[in-house]
Amino acid sequence: MATAVIMPKAGMSMESGTVVRWLKKVGDPVKVGEPLLEITTDKVDMEVEAETSGHLLCILKDQGEQVPVTQPIGYIGTSAELGKSVAELQGSSVGGAAGAPTAPAAEAASKPAVGEAAAAAGAQRVPSTPAARRRAGELGIDLAQVNPTGPNGEVKLRDVTSAAAENRVRMSPLARRVAEREGRSLSGVSGSGPGGRILLADLAPPPPPPAIPEVAPASPQPVAAPGETRTPVSGKRKVIAERLSRSMFTAPHYYLRVSVEVDHLLAARDGIGATGRKPSLNAFLMKYAAEAIKRHPALNTSWEGDAIVSRPAIDIGLAVAQADGLITPVVRDCGSKGVLAIDAELQPLVERALAGKLLPAEYSGATFTISNLGSFGIDEFTAIINPPGSAILAVGAIRNEPVIDPAGAVVVRNRMRLTLSCDHRVLDGAVGARFLRFLADVLEDPSRLLL
Amino acid sequence: MTEFAMRKLSPAPESVGVLPREQLERMYLQMLQTRAFEEKVAYFFSRGMIHGTTHLYIGEEATAIGAIAALDPDDLITSTHRGHGHTIAKGMDLNAMMAELFGRRDGACKGKGGSMHIADLSKGNLGANGVVGGGIPIAVGAALSIQMAKQSRVVVCFFGDGAINEGSFHESVNVASIWKLPVIFVCENNQYGMSMSVRRSTNLENLADRAKAYGIPGRRVDGNDVLAVHHAVREAKAYAKTNGPSLVVAETYRYQGHSKSDANKYRTKEEIAEWRTKDPIPRFRKYLSETGVFTDPELDAIEAKAKEQIEEAVRFGSESPEPDLDTLLTDVYSD
Amino acid sequence: MTQATQHVVQAARDITYAAAIREAMSEEMRQDPRVFLLGEDVGVYGGAFGVSVGMIEEFGPERVRDTPISEAAIVGMATGAALTGFRPIAEIQFSDFLVLALDQLGNQAAKMRYMFGGKARVPMVVRAPEGSGTGAAAQHCQSQEAIYCHFPGLKVVVPSTPYDAKGLLKASIRDDNPVVFLEQKLLYRKTGPVPDQDYLVPLGRADVKRKGKDLTIVTWGRMVPMCLEVAGALEKDGIEVEIVDPRTLVPLDRDTIIESVCKTGRLAIVHEAVQTAGYGGEIAALVADSKAFFHLDAPIRRVAGYDVPIPYNPKLEKAAVPTPERIERAVRDLLA
Repeated sequence: MATAVIMPKAGMSMESGTVVRWLKKVGDPVKVGEPLLEITTDKVDMEVEAETSGHLLCILKDQGEQVPVTQPIGYIGTSAELGKSVAELQGSSVGGAAGAPTAPAAEAASKPAVGEAAAAAGAQRVPSTPAARRRAGELGIDLAQVNPTGPNGEVKLRDVTSAAAENRVRMSPLARRVAEREGRSLSGVSGSGPGGRILLADLAPPPPPPAIPEVAPASPQPVAAPGETRTPVSGKRKVIAERLSRSMFTAPHYYLRVSVEVDHLLAARDGIGATGRKPSLNAFLMKYAAEAIKRHPALNTSWEGDAIVSRPAIDIGLAVAQADGLITPVVRDCGSKGVLAIDAELQPLVERALAGKLLPAEYSGATFTISNLGSFGIDEFTAIINPPGSAILAVGAIRNEPVIDPAGAVVVRNRMRLTLSCDHRVLDGAVGARFLRFLADVLEDPSRLLL
Repeated sequence: MTEFAMRKLSPAPESVGVLPREQLERMYLQMLQTRAFEEKVAYFFSRGMIHGTTHLYIGEEATAIGAIAALDPDDLITSTHRGHGHTIAKGMDLNAMMAELFGRRDGACKGKGGSMHIADLSKGNLGANGVVGGGIPIAVGAALSIQMAKQSRVVVCFFGDGAINEGSFHESVNVASIWKLPVIFVCENNQYGMSMSVRRSTNLENLADRAKAYGIPGRRVDGNDVLAVHHAVREAKAYAKTNGPSLVVAETYRYQGHSKSDANKYRTKEEIAEWRTKDPIPRFRKYLSETGVFTDPELDAIEAKAKEQIEEAVRFGSESPEPDLDTLLTDVYSD
Repeated sequence: MTQATQHVVQAARDITYAAAIREAMSEEMRQDPRVFLLGEDVGVYGGAFGVSVGMIEEFGPERVRDTPISEAAIVGMATGAALTGFRPIAEIQFSDFLVLALDQLGNQAAKMRYMFGGKARVPMVVRAPEGSGTGAAAQHCQSQEAIYCHFPGLKVVVPSTPYDAKGLLKASIRDDNPVVFLEQKLLYRKTGPVPDQDYLVPLGRADVKRKGKDLTIVTWGRMVPMCLEVAGALEKDGIEVEIVDPRTLVPLDRDTIIESVCKTGRLAIVHEAVQTAGYGGEIAALVADSKAFFHLDAPIRRVAGYDVPIPYNPKLEKAAVPTPERIERAVRDLLA
């Protein structure tokens, strides 16, 4: 049974030490009391002695690495254990602090042809297929943490693969944040960190825009009739078609309309513009929408089949028309940014969007979307919800319109029509209505935000 | 217990043609070898040194030796579970034979066949058989080979009064009869199929009458008269080459039980004693002595020789090593 | 294109399974005078299923030999003839009747080489048709290959195509061991490509009749074309089934089966013979105790004949053995 070599706490206030150099190589025999490695702390250089005899099985932290005290930096064990993976050693070792899932060794039914499989899998009480157990062992996944989808409630190979992709696997916090935020897939990613930990460097370059599965072309290819032209569908067109079709046909859309008087909004915009740059109308809309969403957080959720996921940050996308398509650059965390900050972020994003230079991190993951066809002279329209959001706000042109004022006279005001599309799986009618009414009210009278 | 009647059987020794001296000597020697061999086997068996089971030919020596003496070396035989007499008569090396019964590496079948599956294809012995009647279709197949190869050999198919009621007998004799195959069916009627007396198992007084059912000749001989058996098979061999199969029923008796686990509950001591008076070996010795072919000292010498050869075989067999464990898996298939 | 058909280049013609068997026997009999055929109605009648039609005219009544109805004698004579220098082919009219000859086949022919210490050779082939579907009911329709797989010393061959039938029979005739060659009644009239030139299909080598990545079906005999049919239908749903036809049951090509299951992670075994104590159990056990075990993502499933004698009524007869529906359902279950 392997014993962990830890960064010793060599002083009351010592919080971490740095490895200077190891005095033994992996595989070398070690006797109790023999010097193993040299470390340095902010106060002192010292030798660390071996606490057990055996062979040095592996080195986890090498020259120059700073390690918090009591963390494992290596393992000592029997010569029979040479060649075991770190996952196995961590699972079966005594001593050594956290980091490793302590997976109890599973009973090997017969001599495992895939060596580590039986030992590392931790499959004692979890019904699972042999392939699932083997893969779990390879990835260092605890089967008890895996969601089983087998017809008899067993864990299948695909479940282990999914679990690996779903942040169950060990990752550095930075890698985890980036992967989550960018929706990176972890399939096929192997970690280069200790114990197979995935580091940021291991994450593959951002994936290309999601492609729909290739459909075999119907043969023979139809030929264009005279006068007709046939343009093969481009990748971008395919993506737009697939995403929006999917959204339209799986999310039950309903639509709420309001007509909003925007004189105050325009005045506020001019006012802010007088002190510097005039923020775009869209930035204002995004800010107002963010404030409305703060008070109606249901609008910042997604439908995920068996759960509704609510996100803390309000990431709002703005639909931008490109020459050959449509894309939605996203401004993150609009709730904690002012309209100027939003606008400052938005403008370069829109420019890049028009130039087709947006990175996937910049156009994916919006929880709420605004689509503005006002500049195209459209009075009002209904938009298709942009997944993963549950709602989209369609904004029409600002028009001078005659209205009846409180006194009963006919006056001309600036009005704008908003149409909110909602996913009825997540947002019931009243929820959407309350949100839209609130948004309309604050657009008409921003001071209402003070309430 | 059924009545046993003394039956007058076929020709007395005087009427048989005289055989060459060497042949007579060989026949006498082989009968003695068989008797000595079987007595040794019984001895070792009772001491647990030969295991499994074995079926002793004691009392029946004249049938095997007489029949096979009528054959040429390239003629073939199939044998039965009670086959040591046939095996010795067909010329198997006695050392290899005893070693096989001891289950040793140098046994004729490398220790893997044992008493009931002992064979020597090089001497035309297509094997003893653990299944009653199992060898009969094989003998017919061998005769078919001979016929198709247009050779002039014959096959002697040994079987007993038990096998004559097996389906394999009937199917085989029928086919041999329609194709006129060169096979001689020799039924060794030792009066019992294990514990079943032939009187109770078969509705015939003369088993040779079975031949009529297949349109082939059948005759009955005194199976304890080695020259009578020889004569019958010699004639059957001549017939086989030109006309096809025939049936020779040799009336004989086994003094020991069916096998080593037989308590002889199905027959009387008197019956056994009666048949001992017709023991083929003293009977043949008397013939050889009275006709002046051999002197008594010569006959004693032949007896002594037989005993010595069997002693040598016992020595060889018991000293032969056990087979290697890995021979367990060999020779299942031909490559 | 299957591995088998890949062998069939340019010069090939479509002939029936029965004709392929006849060609194999005739070709071997032409080149080796020791080979001959015996059995009931094989001569003048041309065989109960027409397999030996025309052969007695070519080879004469000695080498295409009609026998009485005596299965034990037929197989026993073949054994004796094989033991003494010939290479007989014994035909038993229905595989169900082979048990009448089981002493000669299983106690004698199978064991002689071993019992006689390696000094005997029994080069013979026993051919018999297996299988249901003709309405001949319980005593003419069973598939009993498992019995013969259980006698060390015998080889057991079950061809599923004319190509395999001809190549395997020639190889069986040339084999120095007793071979039980189990033909499929309902395949006799089915045609398939067979090369013009001489060829052998070695015993003990499986054939991947269809490549796939999602699931392995191990199957033989008449079930092979049925499984191919099912696989074709499943392909439309994006399910890719790999079909492994062992062709020889003893000796079995374990490696091909194990490699396939390692690749796909799922195994279904389909055979017409009764499930209990059927040969599918042998294959399931050997896969479960191999490296393929660690790749299994679903239980090993057998789709086999129900534990019943074959009934007379045609609907019942069909239902007694695997159907395309049952096979498809098993595949889908294993992929769930």
